Amino acid sequence: METLARIPQLLVYGLVSGSILSLGGIGVSLTYSILGFSNFAHGDVMALGAYLALAILPLVSAVGIGSGPLGSLSFGPDFVVALVLAAIGTCGVVLVLDRLLFRRLRGAGRITLMIATVGVALGLRNVIQFFWGPQPRYYSAKIQYATMIPGLGVKIKPDQVFIMAVAISLAVLLHLFLRYTKIGKAMRATADNASLARVTGINTERVVAWTWIIGVSLAAVAGILIGIENKFVTPELGWQMLLPIFAAVILGGFGNPYGAIVGGIVVGVSEEVSTAFISTAYKPAVAFLILILMLLVKPTGLLTRRS
Amino acid sequence: MEQLIGVVNYLVFFAISAGIYGVLSLGLNLQWGATGLFNIGIAGFYAVGAYTSALVCGLPPTAWDGRMVGGFELPFAVGLLAAALVSGALALVIGLPTLRLRADYLGIATIGIAETVRLILKNEAWLTNGVWGLQQIPSPLYSVIHRHTAAYITAHPGLPEWQRLLVSRAYNWFYLLLVAAVLIALYFVLKRLIRSPWGRVLRAIREDEDAAAMSGKNVFAFKLQSLVLGAMIMGIAGALYAHSARFISPASFEPLYGTFIVWVMLMVGGTGNNKGAMLGAFVVWGIWAATDFVTDYLPWTAPQVAALRIVAIGLLLEVVIVWRPKGILPEIGAKRRAL
Repeated sequence: METLARIPQLLVYGLVSGSILSLGGIGVSLTYSILGFSNFAHGDVMALGAYLALAILPLVSAVGIGSGPLGSLSFGPDFVVALVLAAIGTCGVVLVLDRLLFRRLRGAGRITLMIATVGVALGLRNVIQFFWGPQPRYYSAKIQYATMIPGLGVKIKPDQVFIMAVAISLAVLLHLFLRYTKIGKAMRATADNASLARVTGINTERVVAWTWIIGVSLAAVAGILIGIENKFVTPELGWQMLLPIFAAVILGGFGNPYGAIVGGIVVGVSEEVSTAFISTAYKPAVAFLILILMLLVKPTGLLTRRS
Repeated sequence: MEQLIGVVNYLVFFAISAGIYGVLSLGLNLQWGATGLFNIGIAGFYAVGAYTSALVCGLPPTAWDGRMVGGFELPFAVGLLAAALVSGALALVIGLPTLRLRADYLGIATIGIAETVRLILKNEAWLTNGVWGLQQIPSPLYSVIHRHTAAYITAHPGLPEWQRLLVSRAYNWFYLLLVAAVLIALYFVLKRLIRSPWGRVLRAIREDEDAAAMSGKNVFAFKLQSLVLGAMIMGIAGALYAHSARFISPASFEPLYGTFIVWVMLMVGGTGNNKGAMLGAFVVWGIWAATDFVTDYLPWTAPQVAALRIVAIGLLLEVVIVWRPKGILPEIGAKRRAL
């Protein structure tokens, strides 16, 4: 009975971590459908964003942007500025990597590209470790108290409300971008049929660049949100996120950004709720189990992209 | 002279490790080189092989152990066989749901199985001792050889220091021969297999899966066989590692040492070429060991240098992929290879 009583609260935690996974999953989905390969470095790109925000924060505060807490959040306006700058910085790093590495491999097969991303993943992780060390880096040492949501009997922290609000707004923005902007339409056309898109005069390199920019900035924000939620980051963060994110992407339907959002929520909620029944140590294995079950039942995912 | 013997002893130790990596690399070459299967969870099969053999051949749990089972004190050969079978079974479980799908799915599923294996090794202390790992894993014929070398040293008190050093490490020579025997045997078996009609189907699947299916080949069955056989070889490598290190813990099977470096070895040596796979293991393990020696001269802290070494291995991989995708020894007879 006590186990069951914990479930509503775990659902709230699940929605918070699920919204972060959704943001991470969108990038994997876009890279897969538009660039044509699974990016195994995506988790480490998230970690890079989280670390860049930490590095940029003191610079932003030094310029004189307020560091006092925003309302009851654990951070101030300076952190929000650092978040945006870190996302831009992460995009910069990945675009350089695209030019130096991935562009040379555009003609090579998909698996070659995937092996290259595995190398990038390990490289990024250890570059992070070189600059910031293997020990955890803290975002905030303050303890934040959760407030009870009236009528629901569950508690939530102001930071967690912020995380969900950011995730929802970004998902809406992404939708508007893909649906109404010219480049968004070009991206969808490329995802549907790359050669047809090229024939109709779509600039493929521009689409590639925008795919990276969207996916990577969302990944960087997701990494920073994990830092806010967990209060700290480690170089292992990216590796730990890889499995739940890919589970989310496969669950939602590989290559469908909307599916990644749904999948992220499902994986996040399942991981948290599972802790009521099994040891928290096996949380990553829950994501793996969902992935395998989905592959057995419906490998095309919940939301199948029309072909 | 003593220093020279020190170097010789180190080289023997180095060759044992590189040889075990050679076995892993041969296993990956069957899966990736011959069949085009994207396994990035080698560490999982390697770890399962190591733990299986250690539990089958090891001593029963003592009062100090957290585990309650295992330790059947069976012969080394039984451990090797058990390691191959259990790793192969794990590959079967992972191959069934993924091998009908695109390569991405096998990739992510193998990462998943490697991580899940590591979680189990860490948390199921009744079987694995958890993070403490398994200790005192017996090395084959160790007591016999050690008794003879000890007797030789006591019988010859006037032995020069360098000879004493050499004799005291004689067991490693024996183990090196053992690893070499396994490696060479696997090489010849794989050579036959790859040249056989069965191997030809694997290469056909690698080049064009649809065309292979159109010729009436059961693509799924061939892929599954290749995955399982490769995983069995990786399990054997795990057993060889367990009985040489005599101590294993979940930390021994992190993705870097268990998976990533093996990929770099195969890509450097030559994908699709068994000699290249073995050569790559020695070359990359040599580079890895050599970078360990220069660390003392670098101005950074130990964790920073450790991170840089890994970045360097990552760079090596990217350089090979971009500028020399065929590796040192390209695949024999492959004119066009669509990666």
